[in-house]
Amino acid sequence: MLTVFLQFLFSGITVGAVYALVGMGFNIIYNATSILNLAQGEFVVIGGLMMWFFSVSLKLPFLLSVILAILSVAIVALLMERLTIRPIKKTDLLLMIMITISVSILLRGLLMFKFGKDPYGYPPFTEGEPINIFGAIIQQQALWVIGISAFCIILLFLFFNKTIIGKAMKACAVDATAAKLVGINVSQMVMLSFIISAVIGAIGGIAITPISLMEYDKGPMLAVKGFCAAILGGLGRGRGAVVGGFTIGILESLTAGYLHSGLKDAVALIILLLILFYKPAGIFGSASVAQLRKF
Amino acid sequence: MNRHNFVTFAAFIILISIFPLLLGTPYNLSIAIFAGINALLALGLCILMGYAGQISLGQAGFYGIGAYISAILSLKLGLPVILSVVLAAVIAAIAAVILAVPALRLRGHYLAVATLGFGEIIHILLNEFGPGGPSGFGDIPRFSVLGYTFDTPVSFFYLTWGIVALIMLFSANFINSRTGRALRAMHDSEIASKAMGLDIVSLKIKVFIISAVYASIAGSLYAHYITFVSPSTFTLFHSVLIVMMAVVGGISNLWGAIVGAVIITILPELLRRFEEFDVLVYGLILTLSLMFFRKGLVPIIAEKIKKLKGAVLAQN
Repeated sequence: MLTVFLQFLFSGITVGAVYALVGMGFNIIYNATSILNLAQGEFVVIGGLMMWFFSVSLKLPFLLSVILAILSVAIVALLMERLTIRPIKKTDLLLMIMITISVSILLRGLLMFKFGKDPYGYPPFTEGEPINIFGAIIQQQALWVIGISAFCIILLFLFFNKTIIGKAMKACAVDATAAKLVGINVSQMVMLSFIISAVIGAIGGIAITPISLMEYDKGPMLAVKGFCAAILGGLGRGRGAVVGGFTIGILESLTAGYLHSGLKDAVALIILLLILFYKPAGIFGSASVAQLRKF
Repeated sequence: MNRHNFVTFAAFIILISIFPLLLGTPYNLSIAIFAGINALLALGLCILMGYAGQISLGQAGFYGIGAYISAILSLKLGLPVILSVVLAAVIAAIAAVILAVPALRLRGHYLAVATLGFGEIIHILLNEFGPGGPSGFGDIPRFSVLGYTFDTPVSFFYLTWGIVALIMLFSANFINSRTGRALRAMHDSEIASKAMGLDIVSLKIKVFIISAVYASIAGSLYAHYITFVSPSTFTLFHSVLIVMMAVVGGISNLWGAIVGAVIITILPELLRRFEEFDVLVYGLILTLSLMFFRKGLVPIIAEKIKKLKGAVLAQN
């Protein structure tokens, strides 16, 4: 009984970690630009697939492959920001949503062309026996996923609260005009926000692929789960996305285990609708702050 | 409807009537029927987004409700097709009210995400609990009225585009009615129109119902044309496509919705020769048209024609 529960809990925490990373990616770009980047899921997918390309197809050493995979996702994000986000005037919400969606379709097209429709995977980071906790089996790779996510989350908190660039990015989120007036280069911060969220998306993809495999069209569902996480915790709140991601991951895994595996994906969406209808500002957000935002 | 619109509408009717005579191969007709079904979806969204300023990324949900309910009622309960179509539209309208009451308090991103969530939930429900599950079910009766069955491509073409023309007429009158003017006022400034005494909430719900009913009719037509439905037709991707149709043609222009639907329906057929490239080229065209033809094709072309006319007049 306990064993089964723990098994579901651990697998929930593992996927939850990835949702948390995607959710934080949403928040970072949303804070800098007021854009919901619906291509966020593609960052994760490209991370996983490029890792396969470098480590399995080209047989490069592990660390070099990781660096190259992260770098390629960062370049994709940089191009996306330069070519599609920067040229448009950020006055039309619909246009911004549609642009990020059409970029995600474009990226899926590229991925399908390069990798086809098959799922890809590679061996876990470390070989070894799974760990046994009260009878529940945890793969070593799951520990890697959770550990790496925790590390990224801590790093991001330090970045936003302790470094001058991080504080400058936060300032842009509060008021872009005021930030400009005190000499912060806002457009550089926007670019940086895309790169950072691409990097954490890529890391999530690289870590989860040995467990769940990666295919070209996994992006949209990851994006939906990620912004469920971000909205559950309060859009724009870093801490919120972390709590939201783990909550959704765990509930999803418990639903799949105890209720009906087909309803797994509905859980995140039902939570999303309930939160939107009853507490749109999220668990940690404040309603008055949410009303002040333009979108 | 003013004189200019009347001429356009008459030209549209003539075009519909002669299309099967000029280009009536079965392949062309089937694409034209799909274009008509998509035009209904785009028209609903056009009123919702272009005129009322409300975003919906969940139209495929209503599309799916229309297809499934109408198919189930006529196949499993043996109701007449026309009655099933009407009942499906009623159920879609009820679903729209249930979604709209809480959702329309939301704005911008939040509304977009809420409607997206609705569409995906419908997709998952169809997948899990719809007859046949993920693989769907067939043998749905063809569309028939008073003993006449629309079983040839030509007859179904006329049925689909006849409905599009009727809905177009209704929509054009609707947006020029008192409610329509109120909608545009609401689109420009919600606060100002509230101050003028408009009942914003009931307006928004009305428009939401209209767009859901259009989508439901489109779904029913689809089900009784293909005679087979499966959840894979009613996905988030299709919701996005519907938005694309409305945006590409010109979001606040009813003719734009029809033009956009036709273009987006034909595009994949033209791209078929690119084989694996199709998704790539598709994404590229969408991204570029969003970036460079922001107003949509129909308003841009209308402007060009106006300029040309001006130049010709100036020469004379």
